[in-house]
Amino acid sequence: MSLAIAGRIARRELRGGLNGFRVFLACLALGVGAIAAIGSVRESIRGGLDREGAVILGGDASIQLTYRFAEADERAWIDARAEAVSELVDFRSLAVFGTGEAAERGLTQVKGIDEIYPLYGEVTLEPQISLSEALSNRDGRPGAVMDPVLIARLGIEVGETFRLGEQDFHLSAALINEPDSAAAGFALGPRTMVRTTALENSGLIQPGTLFETEYKLRLAEDADLDALRDMSETEVTGARWRDKRNGAPGVAEFVDRLGSFLVLVGLAGLAVGGVGVSSAVRAYLGEKTEVIATLKTLGAESRTIFLSYFIQIGVLTLAGVTLGLILGAIVPIAFAPLIEARLPVPAAVTLYPMPLVEAGIYGILSALIFTIWPLAQTEDVRAATLFRDGATSGQGWPRVRWIMLTLVLFAVLVALAAEFSGLLTLTVWSAAGMAGAFVVLVIAAWAVRLMARRIAGMRAIRGRSAARLAFGSVGGPGGEAVSVVLSLGLGLTVLAAVGQIDSNLRGAIERDLPDIAPSFFMVDIQPDQLQPFRDELAANPAVSDVQSAPMLRGIITEINGRPAVETAGDHWVLQGDRGVTYSANAPEDAIVTHGAWWPEDYSGPPQVSFATEEALEMGLSIGDEITVNILGRDIIAEVTSLREVDFSTAGIGFIMSMNPSALQAAPHSHIATVYADAEAEGAILRSVSNTYPNITAIRVKDAIERVSDVLAGIAAAITYGALATLVTGGIVLIGAAAAGVRARTYEAAVLKTLGASRRTILSSFALRSGLLGVAAGMVAIVAGGLAGWAVMTFVMDTDYIFEPVSAGLIVVGGVLATLFAGLAFAWGPLAARPAQVLRARE
Amino acid sequence: MTDAILSLKDATLSLDGNAGRVDILKGISLDIARGETVGLIGPSGSGKSSLLMLMGGLERASTGSVMALGHDLTTLGEDALARFRRGHMGVVFQSFHLIPTMTALENVATPLELAGVVDAFERAETELQAVGLGDRIDHYPAQMSGGEQQRVALARAAAPRPDILLADEPTGNLDGATGQAIMDLLFGLRDRHGSTLVLVTHAPELAERCDRVVRLQDGTIFADSFERAAE
Ligand SMILES: Nc1ncnc2c1ncn2[C@@H]1O[C@H](COP(=O)(O)OP(=O)(O)O)[C@@H](O)[C@H]1O
Ligand SMILES: [Mg+2]
Repeated sequence: MSLAIAGRIARRELRGGLNGFRVFLACLALGVGAIAAIGSVRESIRGGLDREGAVILGGDASIQLTYRFAEADERAWIDARAEAVSELVDFRSLAVFGTGEAAERGLTQVKGIDEIYPLYGEVTLEPQISLSEALSNRDGRPGAVMDPVLIARLGIEVGETFRLGEQDFHLSAALINEPDSAAAGFALGPRTMVRTTALENSGLIQPGTLFETEYKLRLAEDADLDALRDMSETEVTGARWRDKRNGAPGVAEFVDRLGSFLVLVGLAGLAVGGVGVSSAVRAYLGEKTEVIATLKTLGAESRTIFLSYFIQIGVLTLAGVTLGLILGAIVPIAFAPLIEARLPVPAAVTLYPMPLVEAGIYGILSALIFTIWPLAQTEDVRAATLFRDGATSGQGWPRVRWIMLTLVLFAVLVALAAEFSGLLTLTVWSAAGMAGAFVVLVIAAWAVRLMARRIAGMRAIRGRSAARLAFGSVGGPGGEAVSVVLSLGLGLTVLAAVGQIDSNLRGAIERDLPDIAPSFFMVDIQPDQLQPFRDELAANPAVSDVQSAPMLRGIITEINGRPAVETAGDHWVLQGDRGVTYSANAPEDAIVTHGAWWPEDYSGPPQVSFATEEALEMGLSIGDEITVNILGRDIIAEVTSLREVDFSTAGIGFIMSMNPSALQAAPHSHIATVYADAEAEGAILRSVSNTYPNITAIRVKDAIERVSDVLAGIAAAITYGALATLVTGGIVLIGAAAAGVRARTYEAAVLKTLGASRRTILSSFALRSGLLGVAAGMVAIVAGGLAGWAVMTFVMDTDYIFEPVSAGLIVVGGVLATLFAGLAFAWGPLAARPAQVLRARE
Repeated sequence: MTDAILSLKDATLSLDGNAGRVDILKGISLDIARGETVGLIGPSGSGKSSLLMLMGGLERASTGSVMALGHDLTTLGEDALARFRRGHMGVVFQSFHLIPTMTALENVATPLELAGVVDAFERAETELQAVGLGDRIDHYPAQMSGGEQQRVALARAAAPRPDILLADEPTGNLDGATGQAIMDLLFGLRDRHGSTLVLVTHAPELAERCDRVVRLQDGTIFADSFERAAE
């Protein structure tokens, strides 16, 4: 049978060794390895989160409340269900070290704990004393521990005294490890940990101030978590339940999304490698043209020949994929200590089969997609090829069924990637982007060829042999223009896109910031402090504006008497609590788009004005009734107006604003934005915090820095992910240059025979590489910019600005790389004695 | 002999092959006069091509000297050799060796261009017309038959009016009639330009058209009709 014959032919041909397939194997192994490694790390983090869910959460389950402690009956309910309960309070404040002019202030996230914290895990301190020892009183002052970052910022030393609100604390140790820190999520300030009881006289926890309490529960082994969760929702109003099955949902989701995104970046790398794989196969089959023609003369059918090479490429593909999987499995394990040290969450690094399976499937599919085309062209090799010089075979289109098969495989790959990553839209868009870039690059390559052809034939260029040689060989038949432009262009496109995303992410915050941003957000301003606070700031000439609003927080539980999710689904406004304010008049800059604001003296049943965009997204309209739980009390308000709220100005924006009588009676505080000269910020901070120790001032600049750090971390992760693409691109490039060596050597020999000096030949080669590099680079700038724009606009949901520096650097780098690869591989051809080269072709 | 355009003295060629060092040419001494037509014959593997390569400076002699037009080719570097070939040497190979990425016209124009000829393309076109390919100037090698490719190769070798034409079995890959036409062209070119011609061939009837026939055997000159005539 033809299969058996094909197999035998394949085996004989493979005996020749894998020399020509280094690039093939490397491209495949790297692409698969990168994806497998990314997947393994993601799985490791998931595994770590699962395994240590209780430690991360700080309990088997936790119940969180906003603004308040649990009422006695609620606490009793919680105590009855748990073996042990630890009560925590968490809020933002300013830590003040020193007095007067020299005082240092740092924003901190304070955690008040009880005697039995932590239920799970260990708190590590430096010096290594116990937590209860660290927090105990000394000289009448309660103890506290602090994140080393904050210690450094304040310039305080262990043993010295600092203040939170009106309470002095003595710093007894640095907080090295807080077991449940990942569950706390993103915080603007580093941690300070004290006893909750020590905060009684601080003035920081008053009715209406912004704080959260959390009850961490140790449960019996066989506790029914789902039942408890459902019960907690009715027993404790406004409770947010979490349990160890997903201890840090925010982190888990973030890791999942970032991991999936990186896998997509890895897939782009695999596509770049695919071009290398494809050209390797094309080059191999090109050299086999005579063998194929001979086999045909000997009576082999196209099918047998196709099968034979399919088997060969298949064996090599499996080898490359296996290599990649080994790489992808080993690298995370080898670098486990390094990875674990850089992660804020525990990771369980071991061998995970699923990511390997995923990467393996990607590898095999993309190898198929990229090799079917050249393989199919073996069908078109005619026996007559033997009797004609010049390689013209393998240029035409393969038969329809092969094109169809390629398209089907591509669709399968995209579908699988979407399924595995769970990012359908992004996957489809990336695939469309890659395919689009591919097509544009092929068109660009053809355009370059045509242009080069034209130029080579132009009179103006006659007499400049090096230039004409270069243009001639780019434009002439059988040139490598298409494959070089394609591989280089794809690689540079991915890199340019990553570069755009990276610089856009890093600059996002600053760019999104309005020209006139406030200097401070001040929170926890008590109602009786508001007027003096405003007066004092108004008297300060450096302060240009102060805006304030009452601030409460509430959770929307119902819409028109039905659970809110039924109407609004999983809209972000429903996730957790939102700020609520009240106002007699519509704010000056507010634009009421639907309905009308209540009369100034209105005091009837609660009415609410909702942010227009969010209301429309949630399906809310005028006349709807929403139930908002504020401090445990349900307020049912009718939506009577919708108004435009611009959240991008960094001013005060509330989703919900109610009529004053609906909320005034509830304990609450005010928040303010202060616009001031940058030079005066230090003095303002000092005076406000001296006069009102309970008010927390958040410096916008610091907050931006903190957020920028996080974004820079994400950008770095993406850049690392793209590293594999960079290496693959380099290999493809070197592969392309190496593949051209045979042709170059031959050309150089003939040209020498005709009297060309090495300089002429070298400059011609350089010009050729440069030409192709520039063509690929130009497409890459445009395509990379488009990709960057798409990712920023649709994935990151922020503005996009073209970054010419990063794009330019990447493209210039790419062109130089092609040039140097081309020149490095030109030395051999230049050195070769013509006789030897020409004789080999006799 | 003072008017020798090509003069080899004890030229040897040894190459490192897979199976160790191979002595390919073992002491060749040969003078060729300006305008002479020499036929190189001998069994396959006797070293004919190697000798031609030495004469063209495409291969460097291991020992001995190779003088061409008063230059010692064994002392020249790669680039000096390339420059020397411009206008002095035209080489025609058995398998044509056209540059596949260039059209016929560009192939022929290239040596003229390298030699700094101003109207390289016009002359190339004339040259192609002379070999009967005036209507194929824009075709690529792959679009031409073997005979046509060899005619382009001939035009390319002859275009710069070289002093010496070296041809290595130029009809070896062609059928009889086509080969005959190529040979007629080759001898025609020699007659018109008065070039010195060294022709490697298998065909006895072609050797007979030469002024002198040198027979190689196993890397040495086995017989030389010139010497016989001189005896
Ligand atoms: N690069 C090489 N290394 C070793 N031996 C070679 C090499 N090139 C040619 N030969 C050998 O040199 C001998 C002469 O070759 P050649 O000059 O091509 O002979 P001819 O043209 O007369 O057939 C042959 O035996 C050939 O095998
Ligand atoms: Mg020979």
